[in-house]
Parts: sequence; C-alpha cells; structure tokens
Amino acid sequence: MDIARFIARHVVDLPRSGIRDFFEVVARMDGVISLGIGEPDFDTPWHIREAAIFALEKGRTHYTSNLGLIELRRAINRYVEKHFGVSYRPEDEVLVSVGVSEALDITFRALLNPGDKVMFHQPCYVSYHPSVTLTHGVAVPVPTYARDNFALTAEALAAAWQPGCKLLVLNLPCNPTGGTCNRAQLEAIARFCVEKDLLVLSDEIYSELTFEGEHVSIAGLAGMRERTIFLHGFSKAFAMTGWRIGYACGPAALIEAMMKVHQYSMMCASIISQEGALEALTHGEEAMKSMREQYRRRRDFVVRRFNEIGLKCHLPRGSFYAFPSVEATGLGEKEFALGLLQAERVAMVPGSAFGANGAGFCRACFATGYDQLIEASDRVARYVQKLASSRR
Amino acid sequence: MNPILKLLLEGGSLSTAQMAQVLNLTEVEVNRQLDQLKKDRILLGWRPVLNLSQEDAGAVRAVIEVRITPERGGGFNRLAERISRFDEVESCYLMSGGYDLLVFVTGSSLQKVAAFVSEKLATLEGVLSTATHFLLRSYKEMGFLMEIAAEENSRLKVAP
Repeated sequence: MDIARFIARHVVDLPRSGIRDFFEVVARMDGVISLGIGEPDFDTPWHIREAAIFALEKGRTHYTSNLGLIELRRAINRYVEKHFGVSYRPEDEVLVSVGVSEALDITFRALLNPGDKVMFHQPCYVSYHPSVTLTHGVAVPVPTYARDNFALTAEALAAAWQPGCKLLVLNLPCNPTGGTCNRAQLEAIARFCVEKDLLVLSDEIYSELTFEGEHVSIAGLAGMRERTIFLHGFSKAFAMTGWRIGYACGPAALIEAMMKVHQYSMMCASIISQEGALEALTHGEEAMKSMREQYRRRRDFVVRRFNEIGLKCHLPRGSFYAFPSVEATGLGEKEFALGLLQAERVAMVPGSAFGANGAGFCRACFATGYDQLIEASDRVARYVQKLASSRR
Repeated sequence: MNPILKLLLEGGSLSTAQMAQVLNLTEVEVNRQLDQLKKDRILLGWRPVLNLSQEDAGAVRAVIEVRITPERGGGFNRLAERISRFDEVESCYLMSGGYDLLVFVTGSSLQKVAAFVSEKLATLEGVLSTATHFLLRSYKEMGFLMEIAAEENSRLKVAP
C-alpha cells in the first residue's frame, strides 16, 4: 500500500531542512567541535529553574488563561515598555505562546488567506519560508547583502515587492547573519510599509544580544505600533530554549484572532514554563547581561580569527552567529562545510540552508567555550591552508 | 574590570597563550599584565579547588568566630593580621554583628585544629572568646558543585 498518498500535497512538496541533512552527517561522527548549534551553551540560570520547581511544588499544574498568566503578561508589558519603548495592554494585547515558533505559526494562520504574499529577508531563519507555505501563503524573499553587513534595506524591499504582499517578517538581529538595522534604516523600512500597507511581523528574539549601539524595535517607530506584531521569547537571552516559551504583542483585534487559533491548537503555553519566564523577567537581567558580555568577547575572537584565516567575515552587531564567506577558498559552502567536517571535524552550517542567497557563506555559532573556539579556529585555519596549498 | 581578570573569573582555566588569543594580545603582554595585577596586589595567587571529602584532599576544616578587643589607633587590624599569619588560617575576615573575626582554619586532624584553637588562638592577648564550628560536608567550593559532575551537555550537535 502506498501510504504516502495520504500525505497532504503541500507537505509532500515542502523541502527537507538543509540543517537536518547536515545534522545527520554530524551525528554519525565522533570528536566533532560543533559551531552548528543555534542555542546558548549556558544552562538556564538556576534561579529560573528553581522558581519553576517551586511552582510545581505549590501545585501550579493546571491550564492557564489562553492568553497566558496575567502576572506574566503584566511583566511582559513592563519589560517590553522598558526595553523597546512600546506599551501593550496585558489584558488583550499580549499572548503567551509556545516559543516564537508557535507565535509565528499562529500569526500566519490567523492572517493569511490562500495566496497572500509574505515578504522576509534572506538569508534567514529556516522556518519562515516553510511556515508561510504551510499556511498557504506565498513566500517573497528579499535578499540582504554582505556589503550592507546583512542589514535589510528599503531599496531591496522595494525591488522585491509585488502586488498582493500583505506581511513583512523582520528578524533583527538576524539568524544566521547577525545583521541588524540602525534607526535610519528601520525608519526607511517603516515608511515603505506604510506606503505599501504592509503589516510587520517583527521577530526580535536576539534583541538582548545586541553588542554595539541601541537595539531599535520597529514597533516603537512613529505610526508602526498599529501595524506591527512584536514577537519575542526567552530562549536566547535567558538561555531557555527547551522551555519553549515566547510571546506576541500587537493590536487587540489581531491578538484576538491569533488567540482563536492558539486556543484550539495549543490551549495555553505550559504553566511551568510560564512561571520560569515570569522569574526570568523579574530577576533575570543580571545573568542575561553577564552572558551577553561573554558572547561579545567570543564574537570578537571568532570574527577576528576568521578574517585572519582569510574567511572574510563582518562583525555581527547582534546574535551569537558569525557568517563568514568561504568564497576565497574556491569551494561552495556545502563542499566547504562537508570537507571541514571530514578533514578537521568542525561543524559549521552551510549558508544555503538559510536561503539560496546564503550560498558562499557558512554559519558559525560562537555560543561555546573559549577552548573549543580556539581549537575550532585552529582547525579551520589548517583546513583553509591545506585547500590553498592543494590549489597551487 | 581588567579583561584578563574577567577571563580568569569565568573559570575557563585558559593558558596564557589561549588568553592571548582570545583577547588579541601577545602572550608577553598577557604575562606582563598578570605580573602587574600581582604587583598591585589585586591578583594574589593561584590555588587549586579540591573536593575535600575525597581522601587525597582530606583535611579537617573549621570556622571560628572570634571576639577580640579593638586597640586605640589600630582598631582590629594588628590582632587580625597576627592571627592571619598562622599557617593553619586559610582566611580571616572582619565581620559586623555578634563577633569580630571569622577565621577559616584547616588541619590534618581534628586534634590538630583543636590544639591550634586552644593553644594558639584562644591564648592570644586581646582574644576574648572563640566559638569553633567544624565543617561536616561541602556542597559547593569556590563556585564548583561537589556532587554533580558537570553534566554532559545535552545540546544537539546541529540546531537551527
């Protein structure tokens, strides 16, 4: 029996994640130093874990409101107001989700009619394109370029725009490039969105990991609060990836629509994770800052080493990813990554896993210990030298 | 704070060559700064952190609350420094509250520690009283947990 015929066509047509393919190669090898991991190497700070344990002991084991615990939504509002300069009513403008991933999914499901077009900048997080496809939307990638340090420009947006575009997804700072936009660039993007009547979905999961200058949220720019859904979570800044907890803030009518999808599919986010998140927001700032400082030092080291080795790499202003170009080696990114893995047992993710225009680049996550980073960079140097001498 | 100190405090136990790489300094410069930190008496020295419940590292430790008479002009300093100089004394702090000095003492046996307290410490002129508490078990030492050997990190090798 051909069991596969039961699978929906749009799922059959969905390509497998390039990351998954690579993961399977890496998983079979020993002694690999992995720079391929998209999460912090720190465990969740103990005070957050302890608060969640205490919540369990108290018997906090029930459903919460669909929107999430009201104490948590209040804390989210205070936090977002303080750090991003926008305020949302905890009662009806904040929704607690199962990570930003779920928030993204329910936003698309709540807003997209079949055929609606969604713009997003590329290279980008692996989920955007498939999430749009799964909700019967049409993906419209907008390229970002190394020459702009992978900031999104209004010019690129205008060039990619087509009639029927409804949403723009932003992810600044960006996974995998570490690129982000300054205020002036964001203002130009905001003007474009108003002009073309685009709603913005702003995934700011890496915002706390901004190393230089201010992080500006597009939601805080004049006229943008009313046309922005702000997405954020706890995974990166508070090292809480496995807790699967995030949130969406936006105009009440949109949050209400998203809540409909959320209540029928998810009911509510795990109460234990919500309790942990509340603790993170109220007492987590110091631990977060100390982690950020360590990431910054690691970034400085890794980016400097890549450039010394001859892999041109811009200094990412945010996130914990470096995105060096492997062009100088004469290899494509997949060839380079596989060769590096086989010859020197260092894993970096080929840039094309993050969209076609990630070709020629690899993503290296520097959320790992110094000794590993030093060893990995020495191995990369050895590999690049070997390539150079074999070409001569 | 000096970046070298920060690296040391993060506890990665990097060699000076590795520190030089991370901070983009020469190894000579790292050594020079370490020397300077020592000269400035900011970095006092290096000690290994041992699990004292393991036999090899075995020692008896006690904390002693000491009340002393302050002196005109010198306060507590002269006597505190005098107490600190004993080899048995690991650390010595001036405290607020019910007693004046908190003294950490180690010895190879209970008798040795007891003898130190009764013969040396308690008999010093100016020491009014001592209260000795023996340490029974250590759960965390200088930032290191005793029991849980750093759990193998369970991160996936590649993740989006």
